[in-house]
Amino acid sequence: MSETTEKPSETLVEITLNDKKISAPEGSTILDACKQADIDTPTLCWAENLTPVNVCRVCVVEVEGSRALVPSCSRPIEEGMVISTDSERVNTSRRMVLELLASSVELDRADKEILEWITYYGSNPDRMGNSSEIKTSKQPVKIQDDLYVRDYERCILCYKCVEACGDDAQHTFAIATAGRGFEAHISTEFDVELPDSACVYCGNCIGVCPTGALVFKTEHDMREDNSWDPDNQEVTETICGFCGVGCNLELHTQDEKIVKVTSPSDHSVTEGHLCIKGRFGWQHAQPKN
Amino acid sequence: MPDLKFSNSLPTNSEKKAVDETIELHGPVTLEITERLVYSGWQRTQERRHLLLPTLHALQRASGWISPGGLDYACRVLEVPPAEAYSVATFYHLFSSQPPSGDQILHVCDDIACSLNGANDLIDNLRKEGYETKPSPCLGQCERGPAVFVQGVASDDNVVFDTDLKQLQKSLTESSEKESIKLPQAGSDHLRLLSRVGIVDPNSLEDYKSHGGYEALIKALEIGDEQIIEEVSTSGLRGRGGAAFPTGVKWKAVADEKGRTHHLVCNADESEPGTFKDRVLMENDPFALIESMTIVGLAINAEKGWFYIRGEYPIAKQRLAGAIEKARKSGLLGDDILGSGRKFDIEIRSGAGAYICGEETALFNSIEGFRGEPRNKPPFPTTNGLFNEPTVVNNVETLANIPRIILNGGEAFAAEGTDQSSGTRLFCLSGRVALPGLYEFEFGATLGEILDAAGGFSGPGNLKAILLGGAAGSFVTPESIDLPLTFEDTRDAGVALGSGVIMAFSDADELTKTVLRIAEFFRDESCGQCVPCRVGTVRQEELLIRVADKNSVETDISLFDDLASVMSDASICGLGHTAASAIRSALNLGLLETQ
Repeated sequence: MSETTEKPSETLVEITLNDKKISAPEGSTILDACKQADIDTPTLCWAENLTPVNVCRVCVVEVEGSRALVPSCSRPIEEGMVISTDSERVNTSRRMVLELLASSVELDRADKEILEWITYYGSNPDRMGNSSEIKTSKQPVKIQDDLYVRDYERCILCYKCVEACGDDAQHTFAIATAGRGFEAHISTEFDVELPDSACVYCGNCIGVCPTGALVFKTEHDMREDNSWDPDNQEVTETICGFCGVGCNLELHTQDEKIVKVTSPSDHSVTEGHLCIKGRFGWQHAQPKN
Repeated sequence: MPDLKFSNSLPTNSEKKAVDETIELHGPVTLEITERLVYSGWQRTQERRHLLLPTLHALQRASGWISPGGLDYACRVLEVPPAEAYSVATFYHLFSSQPPSGDQILHVCDDIACSLNGANDLIDNLRKEGYETKPSPCLGQCERGPAVFVQGVASDDNVVFDTDLKQLQKSLTESSEKESIKLPQAGSDHLRLLSRVGIVDPNSLEDYKSHGGYEALIKALEIGDEQIIEEVSTSGLRGRGGAAFPTGVKWKAVADEKGRTHHLVCNADESEPGTFKDRVLMENDPFALIESMTIVGLAINAEKGWFYIRGEYPIAKQRLAGAIEKARKSGLLGDDILGSGRKFDIEIRSGAGAYICGEETALFNSIEGFRGEPRNKPPFPTTNGLFNEPTVVNNVETLANIPRIILNGGEAFAAEGTDQSSGTRLFCLSGRVALPGLYEFEFGATLGEILDAAGGFSGPGNLKAILLGGAAGSFVTPESIDLPLTFEDTRDAGVALGSGVIMAFSDADELTKTVLRIAEFFRDESCGQCVPCRVGTVRQEELLIRVADKNSVETDISLFDDLASVMSDASICGLGHTAASAIRSALNLGLLETQ
């Protein structure tokens, strides 16, 4: 091991978090400090294995001396910072961010906790007007191969897939945000079909998608015929046998069939990311029906 | 070579030539393969990423759109992933992803000022005649609308103003002599920033010198870097771009960042609806800005200055480029400025139709070849700016004050205006006034005094409202005419001085349409990065349409308050923070007519 391996800073920084003084290691973000203090903070675009992009704005907190609210996921704590995570302003912004998203994006297949936050903060997308007069991201599902399904009416534009495809994991750069404003969307160059793009089918974009906009074809097909049943799925950990790297795999099985493969995001080898063999090689383990 | 996948689309010869020439201007086309490339290949290629925006401009000009073949060729040469280059190209309004139908594209301003002057009829007529016509946000020609930005295909861009169908058709076929500027206050002793406008030949360095030009640079070299910053700090000069940050503080912060490369950026992405002051300065006194930037470059120890100018200002760009070239030839820019041994040079970068790129961190991303999406602050530009290096960003008008501060001293400047607002201020008057145009006043003049100088209200009906500070500012009623337009008085009154916009409206104007146009502007110009602004600006516009149609004010007002809160509290940048500001003031003042 190299001697320069980064260790967490030993210097502590004292902050006031919801009227309580706490100390956290220097370099921690406000979100880290909230976790340390057991304060539940909603996040959409943040993930532990990706660089914070602070675009969803649902994790905002109030910092004394700052005119606008501050994204907790990316802002490092500073000595003496006074932070409030449940003020009226914070709650209004969190409620509205979720309400704005819920009014424009189909969220019924989103991570469970997102749906719980919508209830918790009391978001009511219906008051944006009736659905015929408001703009949504409705569009056809993209099925261009046997592995991926991209359903962008479920996309909240959290940039996670772009990060996983790019600098944070795969360095393939097959997708990016195209267009601008409400028309901004995830796209290949000139919207070419995925097999013609730079995509290498590592599945890391699907691995990080929080809303079901990107799913494995297996999952999509099972959802379409109503057989997708996460409560009856088992997860078995194993190590990928395709090469010598030693990536941990989590095989999700339903009715004794593998239905998808993930890797734990805190795993030291993969950080949650895999390659096409680890992600899809299981198809050789069971006959196609 | 990084492992990038390109397509099989081929560029046309003219596209290939356009890309090659653009890149050649900035250095050799082939990369030297070094050991470093092996270890940090990706980073190495990023060194050319900043050429993406100029290259996209070259492609757009060559064939009237960003074609798959042209883009692919640019990506191969610059080693940029095609998906990313496409994502950048589709960010800007002036880059088209469809082939053009003719040899020019007409961008007709239908924003709040031009629509008072018949812009919508002009658009209808042009479409009937079969011209490729795109409605455009404010083109910065508000004192002489309606205005058209003529984007050439394989030809130069042009701007036509104060026009109708017949005149426009004429000017599209013949090249006409550019009209010289007529300032409403021409000849007044009170002009400072505008003293040379309309008098000096913008293409002549000699003429500029004979009007006091470059005396300040000579003095700046004598007094030295620290004293330059000292004088500007003493002057109390605050930024004129809208944020009113003390200029000296910003400079000192960057000057103190020892051991790192420093940058100076002149923010000339003037796009706030109703604003045209920077255009007038750039078109008519370009050398003054080059001299000012050189002085700042010395003071903050930056060897490189970037002039980021909006793409819809072709005349200003051409005159600035000429001025830079002449200054370089005369030893006023380059490796040894006036024999002092000090280095400074300026590069012009064109925007491509994106209001958001006037936000300083979005501007950095735009220059660097990325989407013009603002960055989260902190860190601030003074420590992490352009290319992540310490950067001073100053507005054109701010910079134009520098020579006078150096020549007369900071104290003399501080003595003008009020305690907290020193010096003079440019005001862009448009809408229902007798003499629209650019005005200069010592800080302290009231709204009424300024309106009077412009000949007062003029038009059908009576003066109903005045928009202060642009689309990101707020409406006031004639009751506010005694308000002194200083930073402190406008702040206390809860309105914004912003970029100096004063736009007058009559009770015969359809203010509901004006307010809707403002909502539409923010919806169009939101970069789309953060949720509050991306979706909030859309919902705000929909809400206003409902309010105008159905008079369903009550429930919608509580929704409006929530939208305004989340946009101003939780957006990443100033666009979202101010997107509800003018609309809120219009609602509060009861300016919307509901059916």
